[in-house]
Amino acid sequence: MNIEFEYIMILPVLLGAMLASALLVWWERRLLGWWQDRLGPNRLGPFGVLQVVADIVKLFTKHDWVPPFSDRVIFTLAPTAVVAGMLMGFAVVPYGPGLYIIDLNIGLLFFLAMTSLAVYGVLLSGLASNNKYSLLGGLRSAAQMVSYEVFMGLSLMGVVMLTGSFNMSQIVEAQRDIWNCIPQFVGLVIFLMAGLAEMHRLPFDLPEAEHELTAGFHTEYSGMKFGLIMLGEYLSLILTCAMTVTLFFGGWLGPDFLPPLVWFSLKTALLINFFILLRAAIPRPRYDQLMSMGWKILLPLTLLNLMVTGALALWMET
Amino acid sequence: MWSHIKTTWLVFLHLFKRNETVQYPEEMPYMAPRYRGRIILTRDPDGEERCVSCNLCAVACPVDCIALQKTSSEDGRWYPEFFRINFSRCILCGMCEEACPTYAIQLTPDFELAEYERPNMVYEKEHLLIDGVGKYPDYSFWRVAGKTIAGKGKGDARNELPPTEVHSLLP
Repeated sequence: MNIEFEYIMILPVLLGAMLASALLVWWERRLLGWWQDRLGPNRLGPFGVLQVVADIVKLFTKHDWVPPFSDRVIFTLAPTAVVAGMLMGFAVVPYGPGLYIIDLNIGLLFFLAMTSLAVYGVLLSGLASNNKYSLLGGLRSAAQMVSYEVFMGLSLMGVVMLTGSFNMSQIVEAQRDIWNCIPQFVGLVIFLMAGLAEMHRLPFDLPEAEHELTAGFHTEYSGMKFGLIMLGEYLSLILTCAMTVTLFFGGWLGPDFLPPLVWFSLKTALLINFFILLRAAIPRPRYDQLMSMGWKILLPLTLLNLMVTGALALWMET
Repeated sequence: MWSHIKTTWLVFLHLFKRNETVQYPEEMPYMAPRYRGRIILTRDPDGEERCVSCNLCAVACPVDCIALQKTSSEDGRWYPEFFRINFSRCILCGMCEEACPTYAIQLTPDFELAEYERPNMVYEKEHLLIDGVGKYPDYSFWRVAGKTIAGKGKGDARNELPPTEVHSLLP
């Protein structure tokens, strides 16, 4: 792979991610509507797709208000951290054989690092808003982060053990015989939970929790700053799903009648729908419940999974 | 955990259920005949106004949105000189309909009371009065009331006995 091609990949990935997350705004509302026996947005354009455009126009033309009591610099920079962290994560995802922006040999670690960076955006926006509810949101975000980041990383180590590499393409290639979701089922379930917490989506949207904290860490945000935070959240949804597909569901692997990119997109879309279903179905736990579940159940379970995987891997070798 | 999985599955099944949504402007929802919507003033079967401007509706109205002034015609009937309902105040509670002794004021299933300008929400008698009888086609207050009007003397009302001749009762 030459350098020029890698640069060419940046634009389509960027555009694709942005477009997909914009479309998700509409698709999520539509799906939630169907699951609640109503229709969802269906007025603008075919099936209401242009609702996205209306939303974007609204966000761009809205008064972008920075509260006078806030920490202006951090307040303005925090949303970009959310989006930038998530967009960086897209760099290591292999969309097809040879279709990636960069083929890092520590791709998995890079993904974990970048998504953790995005959490700083949430934390800092909560802190910089200088508002009770936002601070509580940021606080919860921090509490949530220390409880899930540990087992999120550890739950993926089983995959790394089976592959013997942190390189995403090699992880996909190693799943030719059997997808990781079968030997690493425990890891998959735990990673899904950690991913939900990571992207602050509804079962674990404690930093937001509009019923308790108005809008949590982004209470004070308006206009396109709010738009950026929303974009970051949808990007993280797509990124986490793409990562789960890559790590556990064989990435772009699939029967030959469809091109690898299509397989990858299909699997990712299916997983995104599953996450939206979780949003529609599952109630939000208290955040001490989430922490105690993370530390007392999921972390030991992950370590056990890790040990069993390691023991089996050693036993198979000999 | 099991209940969460079950919940997720049950919610997923709702994808195949019928939507409850009524697509309102294109598709009108079913409105029950006794739905409490826009207020009207009705006429009796003879085509005369039922309202006798007794003011009971204005008294019953919890938001004071009804205003009217009594006047009487030459034949002895009472009727409102003006009758004004401010629909920007009206809460469509139906108290006026319950209070009305002559079935004049009635609520209809029409709920589309939107205006672009607020003064247009004030309905005068000419907007309220309809030509029909509303929910009670046979009722006519002046036919059953004992009050004398032109063409109906004492004792002419329905189910009314002629006035007693007091002199005939003398011993």
